[in-house]
Amino acid sequence: MLANIVSYSGNIIVHVVRYVGDLTLLLGRTVYHVFTPPFNAYRVLSQAKRIGPGSFLIASLVAFFIGMIMALQMAYLMLEMSAEIYIPSVVAVSLTRELAPVLTALIVAGRIGAGITAEIGSMTVTEQVDAMRAFAVNPVKYLVVPRFLGLVIMLPVLTVFADLVGMLGGFVICVYKLYISPTLYFSMIADALTAKDIVTGLTKTVFFGAIIALVGCHQGLNVQSGAEGVGRSTTIAVVISFILIIIADCFFTTLFYFLLRV
Amino acid sequence: MIEIKDLCKAFGDNIVLKDLTLTVNGGETKVVIGRSGVGKSVFLKNIIGIMKPDSGSIKINGQEVTDLSEREYNKFRMEMGMVFQGGALFDSLNVAENVSFVLDEFMKLDKKTIRERVEEALGLVGLQGIEKMMPSELSGGMKKRVSLARVLCMKPNTIFYDEPTTGVDPITADAINNLIIDLSHKLKVTSIVVTHDMNSAYKVADSIAMFYHGRVIAEGRPDEIRNTRHPVVKQFIHGEAHGPITDNENLIFGHSH
Repeated sequence: MLANIVSYSGNIIVHVVRYVGDLTLLLGRTVYHVFTPPFNAYRVLSQAKRIGPGSFLIASLVAFFIGMIMALQMAYLMLEMSAEIYIPSVVAVSLTRELAPVLTALIVAGRIGAGITAEIGSMTVTEQVDAMRAFAVNPVKYLVVPRFLGLVIMLPVLTVFADLVGMLGGFVICVYKLYISPTLYFSMIADALTAKDIVTGLTKTVFFGAIIALVGCHQGLNVQSGAEGVGRSTTIAVVISFILIIIADCFFTTLFYFLLRV
Repeated sequence: MIEIKDLCKAFGDNIVLKDLTLTVNGGETKVVIGRSGVGKSVFLKNIIGIMKPDSGSIKINGQEVTDLSEREYNKFRMEMGMVFQGGALFDSLNVAENVSFVLDEFMKLDKKTIRERVEEALGLVGLQGIEKMMPSELSGGMKKRVSLARVLCMKPNTIFYDEPTTGVDPITADAINNLIIDLSHKLKVTSIVVTHDMNSAYKVADSIAMFYHGRVIAEGRPDEIRNTRHPVVKQFIHGEAHGPITDNENLIFGHSH
């Protein structure tokens, strides 16, 4: 029994270490090709176009309702202390530092990360990736780099929109339910929100974008056993992206809080 | 000239190629036959560098290529082309973009020259006027011919064909066979054709090699193979269910062999 547990745990550790190693290797290759000519801006822009506008509506919708929920949940406590005037500040800071970056990243991981794995996975099982290599074209340069840059560029942009739309959700509750004046709402946000809130939130999204791209591409390039394998890899890509995003969020929040004091 | 010596490739415990030795002379069309799963495609992928052999030697025009880096290998790849089993056309690109893929990536040619090269390559495979079509709109035979046009656009001196006639009707298969012969004669390319279609093998081959248990068990001109007394080859080329090759035989044979 104990031997089984040790063996099972050992296997998991080996898998995790191997996976992290593979991802790190892919990151190294991707960064190398990002800075190595020839550069193809068209491919990056077409990926950015697919990622950004395509996810804008769903990211905004979620942010809007999260803003409303945040304001309502805060109202539950703040009203008892007659401190409802601080709700706009709490909503804005929470959204900017934490909720908008993480939720947008999770939405994009589900929508775009899964799409990347499915797309590259189908290319792998139909030998299109092999064909690329046979034609002396590096799949990392051709497939991974545009998606990596597209996500690293577009996720912060989407997060900025999510921040704004989330505050709009809070605005609806604060103004129409809690009767805080619109002017006061925005002045409380302006007083509470500082540049470091925005910068820390957006810094995280750059890393979240990299995680989504690398996990999606890695799963896609390593698909095995046909259509079933593509489906399985897509599910795994979403699950791993979610876990890594949350871990990275915890890591950066700790880093910013304890080391950088921001 | 391609010289393969003692090539070994295994996936875990499954040994696919074991001390395989084969020579393909310049301008020759060598047909490789053998049952599905015997390692024919793996053999091609090792030559073109998509897979790395576990051991053994591959020499292309006298140069050992097994220990080359990806970048060094690319110089050879620019002179070789591979027609994949399912065509392996890029889904997101139309026919013209697929055919001009390598030209767009590596050669600084103007659009007019690229268009002319694409039209010429599609003309050679008998598929003019389909430049704007997407791969999803093509039949299996058309995909294979577009795949061949994509290779021809590079003007290679060696072409590898992975089951070029599998899954297409007999008339299209014959058209593809004629294309392989024409290209070999007109462009003097060296070809390796992997197939288990014996009609195709006899028609296009200068010589035929049969793979069995990871090795070449017979090699010779088409008439020699046709009249062979080797029981395994005989069973395979006549497509007989009974013989030394059995249904339950482990095609990708394990370490016990």
